[in-house]
Amino acid sequence: MNIGVLSGKGGTGKTLIATNLAIAMNGTYVDCDVEEPNGFIFLKPDGISSYDVLVDYPVIDEELCILCGKCVEMCEFNALAKTKKIFVFEKLCHACGGCEMVCPTGALKYEKRKISVIDEGTSGNITCKRGVLKIGEAMAVPVIKELLENLDENLNIIDCAPGTSCNIVTSLEYVDKAILVTEPTEFGLHDFKRAVKLCEIFKIPHAVVINRVSEDDNIISRYCNENNIEILSSIPYEKKIAEIYSRGELLAENDEYKRIFTDLIEKIGDLQ
Amino acid sequence: MKVLISAVGKEKTDDFDLKFGRGEFFQIIDTETGDIKVLENEGKQSDHGAGIGASQQVINENVDVIITGHLGPNAFEILQDSDIELYGAKGGTVEEVLEDYKSGKLEKIEKAGKAHKNLK
Repeated sequence: MNIGVLSGKGGTGKTLIATNLAIAMNGTYVDCDVEEPNGFIFLKPDGISSYDVLVDYPVIDEELCILCGKCVEMCEFNALAKTKKIFVFEKLCHACGGCEMVCPTGALKYEKRKISVIDEGTSGNITCKRGVLKIGEAMAVPVIKELLENLDENLNIIDCAPGTSCNIVTSLEYVDKAILVTEPTEFGLHDFKRAVKLCEIFKIPHAVVINRVSEDDNIISRYCNENNIEILSSIPYEKKIAEIYSRGELLAENDEYKRIFTDLIEKIGDLQ
Repeated sequence: MKVLISAVGKEKTDDFDLKFGRGEFFQIIDTETGDIKVLENEGKQSDHGAGIGASQQVINENVDVIITGHLGPNAFEILQDSDIELYGAKGGTVEEVLEDYKSGKLEKIEKAGKAHKNLK
């Protein structure tokens, strides 16, 4: 089973929930927030092995190119432009293959380039994986797909990127249940609504963890009650939790707080 | 000669737009006839590579001169390879910017600005 942890808004505590849940549930941790993966800071995996993620991009043979511009017209992603030659902006290429198909002279061939590294290691009993997108690269989807296509049948906790863009849509294709993490602020609610909508479109069972709660009756809890969204857990807004987090430690391994996660696991089991 | 000025609106009395790739409109002024052709910037709709899309659009219009605020690295690279002359302006209406150009007050854009400079 794959449990996705997403949020809408960034900085609400996805990684806090995902890392601790992976430890508490003995599941594989998969960091799909490849633009800024930070789960390894808390899980500190050993024995890391790595491999490269390669993607296709077009290369123009200027001897064969007749500058007809058909490839430029074909490209939906501004990866090609034509002046006195054809410019290739490989970072914008989605490797759709369209330009190669329409080229009348065979001047355009695909080659491979590295955009990311995937790391895998172990932390205690669990496997930890992450994708690390190279700085300056715009395309995270191929990296997320590479991470998620090779998961085993056991329990996987998928730490998604913030937002509701292609990166999250791609992750949700592999998710059986979703935990939405948000905070009781206007921004937290605004983006949470978008995340809920996404789960509804994909018909993924979902429920919410509210982080940094100082009052039980808050902007998120009221919205959830009005819209029949289950609240799995409310994590208190406490300096002590922030201190544990800032030391790179896990709440699931802290006597005072591990109950949050044992309670959460029970409720996730019932979620459908 | 066809002079393209990035603008926030469709009239010559509208303000000049500092943005190129994410700018609103391109006003193309024929300096011989005074005719103005207004294009909506197709590049600004793009998720990525707005400046590339905008550059390709204006190259296809066969303009001789572009007057804008900043050109990002990608747009600059493409436009440099065309024969279009690139000039920078700082503000005013489209009319005023055109007058500045005609009286030789504008400087050529010699290097690319930062990517996503006008990102809000």
